[in-house]
Amino acid sequence: MLYIFCPHCGSRSQNEFAYGGDATVKRPELNKEISDQEWNNFVYLRKSPRGKHLELWHHISGCRQWIKVERDTSTHEIFKTYKADELTE
Amino acid sequence: MQKYSVFSLIKNAFSDHQNWEVAWKDPTPKKEYDVIIIGGGGHGLATAYYLAKEHNITNVAIIEKGWIGGGNVGRNTTIIRSNYMHDDNALFSEFGMDLWRKMSQDLNYNVMFSPRGIINLAHSDAQMNAYSRRGNSMRLNGIDAVLLNREEVQKRIPMADFSDNVRFPIFGGLMQPSAGTARHDAVAWGYARQADSMGVDIIQNCEVTGFDVTNGKIVGVRTSRGDIKAKKVGLCVAGSTNILAEMLNMTLPIETHLLQACVSEPVKPLLDHVVTFGAGHFYCSQSDKGEMVMGGDLDGYNSYSQRGNLPTLQHVLTEGIAMFPFLSKLKMLRTWGGIMDMSMDGSPIIDKTHIDGLYLNCGWCYGGFKATPASGWTFAHTIAQDRVHELNAGYNLNRFNTGDLIDEKGLGTKTWIS
Repeated sequence: MLYIFCPHCGSRSQNEFAYGGDATVKRPELNKEISDQEWNNFVYLRKSPRGKHLELWHHISGCRQWIKVERDTSTHEIFKTYKADELTE
Repeated sequence: MQKYSVFSLIKNAFSDHQNWEVAWKDPTPKKEYDVIIIGGGGHGLATAYYLAKEHNITNVAIIEKGWIGGGNVGRNTTIIRSNYMHDDNALFSEFGMDLWRKMSQDLNYNVMFSPRGIINLAHSDAQMNAYSRRGNSMRLNGIDAVLLNREEVQKRIPMADFSDNVRFPIFGGLMQPSAGTARHDAVAWGYARQADSMGVDIIQNCEVTGFDVTNGKIVGVRTSRGDIKAKKVGLCVAGSTNILAEMLNMTLPIETHLLQACVSEPVKPLLDHVVTFGAGHFYCSQSDKGEMVMGGDLDGYNSYSQRGNLPTLQHVLTEGIAMFPFLSKLKMLRTWGGIMDMSMDGSPIIDKTHIDGLYLNCGWCYGGFKATPASGWTFAHTIAQDRVHELNAGYNLNRFNTGDLIDEKGLGTKTWIS
């Protein structure tokens, strides 16, 4: 069981959260000419590192806010959590 | 190589089975090989075997970080099937079914292939319609498919929940009678033994730490047991694909996720088929030892840990009990996990790469084990001929760019959407 510290609610069990994937991918700018390659990068390509991973979680059975979580993908240690719009280190 | 037969068994009985040849050797890596396969799992071993058998390329090394049979080939739920709707998946898998049927004879190793049939349960009229469409597509591709109504399902699996007030009543199911199971370890050992006998070096406890690429061409790999030169290199490393891709500065449409499986205590034979729950993600079969072998969803977030988390197991087994209420009475014997190379459309990738002489085999998601022979056969062809075979042409890497996805069930890494 993961315990995730929600910046809005405090420490909660993973059962209250839904996973949202890699938080470092950036959607291409709107109103700009976007190549197929750029869409491919955004929609499909992922680094999926072993070790530190910055990812999105949705506190869906809690405050319903999206948050960012820095977690180790091989030990599941959670280093730090952020609000969705907070800058990460 | 010593042939396994009833005669060799009797002969060796006279010497208390002390004089059997080793099944495969433990060689020191040579300086150079024609082909290096990274990953000594089922797919890697099968690739090396078919390189030797079909293409006469025997100066081959398999480099394995752990030991033969220690990865996903020894961690899966042993299901073999080809009940796919899309042509690319159906033809590829059905080609594999033929190889499965001949495998024990071909490898002179009993892989205990047991075509006991798979039943996908349907829990609504809409799902029956969808299964009827899938079944028809399968039959058009020459794959056996039978649509079962509720009574026909009840005859085959009377222990399922057919009572009145259930959340997901069983409307019927789609059956592929020729699907089944095999002994997964035997598949790895059989391929390893035959590959070794044809001259392939199986190098265990050897971790790849880097690649040598010159002018866009692969020239060798760096390993924990020294640098090894190679004309061609094939990656067959399932959940570790992204780690090697990073060494090559490649980003792939793959995420690594954890999938759990478990077995109950052994009970007397009661389940003749592989059965899947249609209102969630749960599947179950009974092993030859009598254990109920079960599996289901991914843990749901990127993971390299090779061991699972309890909330997912609880969720999966809740589905299991909804389907087979008797499961709640059984004790759990073992649970374990393996790391999966989840591709973004749920279908695999067997292709060349932008680096000359480097070949990619990954993205097997939930279905790696059943694909073992077909994957090895087509990957060997791709490496030997330096071009894809028509069976794996659809499994190209460029499809994510062009939009020609093979989204069989809309499954991929995004379990939180499905």
